[in-house]
Amino acid sequence: MVDFNGWDMPVEYSGIIAEHIAVRTGVGIFDVSHMGDIRVAGNEALAAIQHISMNDASRLAIGQAQYSAMLYPQGTFVDDIIVHRLGEQEYLIVINAGTREKDFHWVRDNTGPYDCVTENLSDDFTQIAIQGPRGVDLVQKLTDADLGALKFYWVTRGTVCGLQDILIARTGYTGEDGFEIYIPSDQQTSERVWSEVREAGKEFGVLPCGLGARNTLRLEAKLPLYGHEISDTINVWEAGLERFCKMEKPEFIGREALEEAKARAGKRVLVGLEMVERGIARDGYRILNTSGQEVGYVTSGSYAPFLKKNIALAYVPPDLLGPGTEVLVEIRNQGVKAEVVPTPFYKRPKKG
Amino acid sequence: MAYPADFKYTKEHEWIKADGASATIGITTYAQESLGDIVFVDLPKPGTEISAGKTFGSVESVKAVSDLYAPASGTVSEVNADLSTHPEKVNSDAHGAWMLKITLKDKNELNSLLSAADYEKFVSEEGGH
Repeated sequence: MVDFNGWDMPVEYSGIIAEHIAVRTGVGIFDVSHMGDIRVAGNEALAAIQHISMNDASRLAIGQAQYSAMLYPQGTFVDDIIVHRLGEQEYLIVINAGTREKDFHWVRDNTGPYDCVTENLSDDFTQIAIQGPRGVDLVQKLTDADLGALKFYWVTRGTVCGLQDILIARTGYTGEDGFEIYIPSDQQTSERVWSEVREAGKEFGVLPCGLGARNTLRLEAKLPLYGHEISDTINVWEAGLERFCKMEKPEFIGREALEEAKARAGKRVLVGLEMVERGIARDGYRILNTSGQEVGYVTSGSYAPFLKKNIALAYVPPDLLGPGTEVLVEIRNQGVKAEVVPTPFYKRPKKG
Repeated sequence: MAYPADFKYTKEHEWIKADGASATIGITTYAQESLGDIVFVDLPKPGTEISAGKTFGSVESVKAVSDLYAPASGTVSEVNADLSTHPEKVNSDAHGAWMLKITLKDKNELNSLLSAADYEKFVSEEGGH
């Protein structure tokens, strides 16, 4: 077990590789209760969300969700978030564990002027993620909600394991199809649901998965992690998240700085690397150009269990972003060859 | 778990088995269990001198990198090349999947290492296993 921002969580149950493969080919389940949940509701809830979120929440139908981020005025990240529209004037923002308190204060302070209420529901929910191509079959056994009708990045409510009115979101952090369910956080209910999910998943070979597989899965799919690919010193353009940032919105926190940053040439961009020579790039390792000069750093790096390659994400100067560009990763004082590759490293197959 | 009685052990979780003037080196079952799925083993080339207590290479699991420490001083005579393509063999058989063979510099260095019984006691205290 590791202390993960104050949460006692397993890195692995049966082994990172087996857990990772289960999610890519079958189904895996994660206890992600460390994620935080903030409810914003009221007459001006939409205006409040639009002010703090870089994506355009006005496009959300009731029951729809979108990936977004909250930014500082300088265009760097407070956190990346998922905004769910639960009702006419009701939204749920899901945030990261490591930034829960900071995020809640940020939301509360910056939505203060609007006619809406902001509630921290983080301790009310146990959040279980059921991820992988067989996830839909597993969850359907436990609920009366019609999951066939629930599209990716939509939410619904239904009875789950006998509990009424449970929020079911078709979302995840693995690059696979999957669901996240929000159940009451009392220990007895949480344990019962967790074991019922495991039992229902037996026929699909379900494996409980820890933080280790969660990290390798999100890395293969190039999903950012706060403190690695995004942080309070990295802006939206650098992180390559422009498609979630709607500059056509007249106003949101960080917009002005991003406008200015766009006019300047950026100093660094996030790229995918694949090791050419033997070695594994790890978080924080230095990137050298082929002349041996330091030009960047690795934000996340690992053996990729499904792709069976050593991959990494790294910040490098824009002149090195082209696929096929050769760079060196400094591993134990030696430059080890790597190549810039297109991302995401892994994309789930489209259903035929 | 069984730790062979004819091996000696370090507190850094390497094992060494002496055979006359040469010796074979690997990591223990306890080490591979703590590391998890091993995906990369970085070893020195034959002819490299290694010194007792100093790092001679590294082993990487999906989640972490760990240095390898030489249980004794000597010159590398052979490297288990199989581990470069099948590092997972360290997980399945840590006491069989050797890493290096060395020519010992001083056999007496082995006297200061842990016996199987001492090592077993050490890991049970360290890891609560």
